[in-house]
Amino acid sequence: MKILTGNDLRSGAVVWWNGSGWSLFVDDAVDVGADAEEIMAREVATRRVNVPYVIDASIDAAGHVRPAHIKDRVRALGPTVRRDLAVPTADKTGWDWVI
Amino acid sequence: MYQYDQYDQAMVDARVEEFRDQARRRLEGKLTEDQFKPLRLMNGLYLQLHAYMLRVAIPYGTLNARQMEMLADIADKYDRGYGHFTTRQNIQYNWIKLEDCADALADLATVEMHAIQTSGNCIRNISSDHFAGAAVDEVVDPRPYAELMRQWSSFHPEFTYLPRKFKIAVIASEKDRAAMRLHDIGVRIVKRDGEVGAQFYAGGGMGRTPMIAPLIRDFVPIDQLITYAEACLRVYNRYGRRDNKYKARIKILVHELGAAEYIRQVEEEFAHLLSVGVEPPRDELARIAAHFADPPFVSSEVETQSLSTVLGANGGQGSAFGQWVRRNTHAHKAPGYVSAVISLKPVGGIPGDATSEQMRLVARLARDYSFDELRVMHTQNLLLPHVRIADLPALWAALAEAGLASPNMDTIEDIIACPGLDYCSLANARSIPLAQRISERFAETGRTEVVGELKLKISGCINACGHHHAGHIGILGVDKKGVENYQLSLGGSEAEDVSLAKITGPGFDEDGVIDAVEKVTDVYLASRTEGERFLDTYRRIGMEPFKEALYG
Amino acid sequence: MSTPLGTSPDEVQFRFRDDEPVDHGTVTVDCALEQTNANAVRIEPGDDARLLLPFLDRLALVEVNFPSFGDGRGYSAARILREAGYTGELRAVGDVLIDQLSHMRRCGFDSFAPDKRLDEEDARRAFATWADVYQRAADARRTIAETRHEA
Repeated sequence: MKILTGNDLRSGAVVWWNGSGWSLFVDDAVDVGADAEEIMAREVATRRVNVPYVIDASIDAAGHVRPAHIKDRVRALGPTVRRDLAVPTADKTGWDWVI
Repeated sequence: MYQYDQYDQAMVDARVEEFRDQARRRLEGKLTEDQFKPLRLMNGLYLQLHAYMLRVAIPYGTLNARQMEMLADIADKYDRGYGHFTTRQNIQYNWIKLEDCADALADLATVEMHAIQTSGNCIRNISSDHFAGAAVDEVVDPRPYAELMRQWSSFHPEFTYLPRKFKIAVIASEKDRAAMRLHDIGVRIVKRDGEVGAQFYAGGGMGRTPMIAPLIRDFVPIDQLITYAEACLRVYNRYGRRDNKYKARIKILVHELGAAEYIRQVEEEFAHLLSVGVEPPRDELARIAAHFADPPFVSSEVETQSLSTVLGANGGQGSAFGQWVRRNTHAHKAPGYVSAVISLKPVGGIPGDATSEQMRLVARLARDYSFDELRVMHTQNLLLPHVRIADLPALWAALAEAGLASPNMDTIEDIIACPGLDYCSLANARSIPLAQRISERFAETGRTEVVGELKLKISGCINACGHHHAGHIGILGVDKKGVENYQLSLGGSEAEDVSLAKITGPGFDEDGVIDAVEKVTDVYLASRTEGERFLDTYRRIGMEPFKEALYG
Repeated sequence: MSTPLGTSPDEVQFRFRDDEPVDHGTVTVDCALEQTNANAVRIEPGDDARLLLPFLDRLALVEVNFPSFGDGRGYSAARILREAGYTGELRAVGDVLIDQLSHMRRCGFDSFAPDKRLDEEDARRAFATWADVYQRAADARRTIAETRHEA
C-alpha cells in the first residue's frame, strides 16, 4: 500500500497521514491509494506538514504498518542506537524488523 | 581566547532577530520551504531523519567553560539531554523544534555563540588545529588568523550564495591535525625570513570525488590574507558549476580548469582587489591576537613536575592512569604542561556524543585545570589544552568516574563516525552501530593496544562526513537493494602525509565488515616491522596481501 | 531587431536613486559590445561582467538577472561593476527575495525589481538588518574593524 509521511512544520516530528490528520505513530498510517498528490498539496499549502512524501508499506500479520524502506522504518521508530528515545509504539516487535 | 566586543555581539544579536523573523514568516506561510531552506541552513538548522537538527558553531574548536555549560543547558532545555560533537569541531543537537530555534540561538548569543553559516552554500565555520596555542611545533597560534577570517566570512555579501558549501581550515605547523589539505581552502601560516605569511591550498575535499588540495600560493603576505582569500572565492563564485550540485565544489573547478589556470585567474583578481582595497586595517590582527595571549603558565620547579615523576608516584606506565597519560596526553610548549584529550569514544559508545552532565563536568575541569579553555577535536573528542602535569592524577580520576577516560586516542577505538542512518536523512547505512561493535571487538580481544595507531573512519553515505577517504581504514555504507552494505578501503590519511584510501574490493554486510577489519589488522600484525604503524605497513606492502586475506 | 529585454520602471519596487530611470529595454551583454549606442544592458548569470568595463561611461542601467535565487553569480557581477567605477543604476531583477536585499545592497545594487512583489514591511526590515558590517564591499560603508581602529 501507499502511505504518506513527512515532518511536522513546527516541531519537526516525524508524522504519518491517518486519513484526517497527521499522527506520530506509524501504525495509524492509512493507504492513500491514488490520492497522495492531492493530499500532500493541500496539507503543504495549509502548513500542516513539511516536505511530505509517499512511500510503499505493508501491513503485517499482527496488523502493524511496516514501511518498505529501511530509512522510513528507522524514521518510524527512532535511532536504533538510542532505543530509550524511541517513538512510543504499540508494536513491541518493532526493533526486530527495523533493519 | 577571543572575546566579543559590542560590534561582534551586535552582529550575532542581529542574526538571532533576523532568524526569528524568518522563522515567523515560514510559519505564517510567507516563505515556502524551498525559500526557507537556504535561510535555515545558513543558521545551522537542518531537517533530518527524525526532527530538525541544529549545528552550533565552535569557531576553530575553541570554547570556554561558560560556553560549554550553555551547550549543556541547550541540550536540556531544547533537546534531549545530549549533543554530538562533529568532525568540523562543531556540536549538533538532534531534536530541536523550529518554533524554539530562535530562543535557543538567543540563549547561545548570551555566551558569544551562534549557528551562523554552519550549513548552506556559504563559507562555513573555520576549523583549526586543536592544539593551537599549545603545540610545541607551531610557528604561531593559528587562531587569530582564523578569527580574522571568521569575521571576514560572516555575512559576506558576495559569497552567501556560492555554487556549494565552502570549508576553510587554518593551521600553523608542519604537522597537520586539521585535515587542512582536504578543505576547499587550506591555509598554513608560515614564517619566511622572519615574516609571517600564509600558504594557500585550494580545491581539496572529500565527498563523492575526494581530492587533495594543490598548493596555489606559497606565501601570501599576512597583511594581504583577506584580499587573497577574497580573490579565491570570487573566481570560484564566477566559474564554479551551477548545473550539477555534485560537481559544484571548488575541487571540481580547480581540477577541470587545472591548478595553473585557477592560480592565474586568482592572481589577476588578487591584483585587482589589492587596488580596490578590501583588507582590514593592520591593527585589527594585532587586536585579535592579543586575545590569544598565553595564559599565565607557572614555571617554578615546585609547580612544574615532569611526567616521569608524576607517573612514578601514581602507579607507573602500566597503571590505568599511566596508559591514559601515554595515549591521551600531548606535549605542550610550556614546561610542566601537557594537553589532555577527553575521549568521547568509550568502548561500545556513540562516537562524539556527550550528555549534558558530561559537558558540565568537562566545563568544571576546564576551569579547574586548563585556564578555562576547551577544544573540540575533529576526531570528535574534547581537549583540555593547558593542563599542569602535576594536576593529571586528579584530572584523570574525575574523568574516569564520568566514563570519559578511555585511553584510546588514535587507536582503533578512536573511531570517527558520522551520524549515519540512525539520524541522517542522506545516509544509506548506519555508521554508529559499526563503530560500537568494532570498538567492542578490539577491546574484548585486547588488540587495541597491540595494533597501536590506527585511524578508522566510517561514513554512512558518499558525502563522507565520517572522512572514510582519509582513514587508515575507511568504511563507506551503501544501500544494496535496500540492505546496508559496507565498502572497505585502506591507506588514507588526513595528516601531513595526506593520501586517499583505496577500496579493497566487493562490499560486506555488517558482520562481514567487522570481520574484515579484524582480518586486515591480522595482515598488519603479521607483516609489520619495528615501529611501523598500520598505514606505514600498508604503504610498504601494498593492497595485495590485504586483498588476499579478505577475498582469497 | 531582438525582442526588448528587461524590466520597466514601474516594475521596480525599491529604488535608491533620484535620477530618472531609463525608459526603454535592455540588451544582452553580447549586443551591448556590438551596439555602441546601447545604454542599458542585462547581465545573465553566466555572463562575464568584466566585458562591460570598457563601456561603463555610456551605460545608464545595468540589470542583473537572478533566474533562481540560489545562483549567486550576480553578486560578484554587481561588485565588479562598482569596483570599476560604474555609477549608473544597478538593478537586481528576477527571483529576488526579502532575505537577499541587504547583501545585494552591499554589492552595489540600488534598485530592485523582483518577479514577485515583496512585502513592504518585511523588506524595510530586511534592508536595515545590519547596523554594522564586517567587510569592505561596494557600498563604502565603514567596516567594524575600521571603526575599532579609527584614530
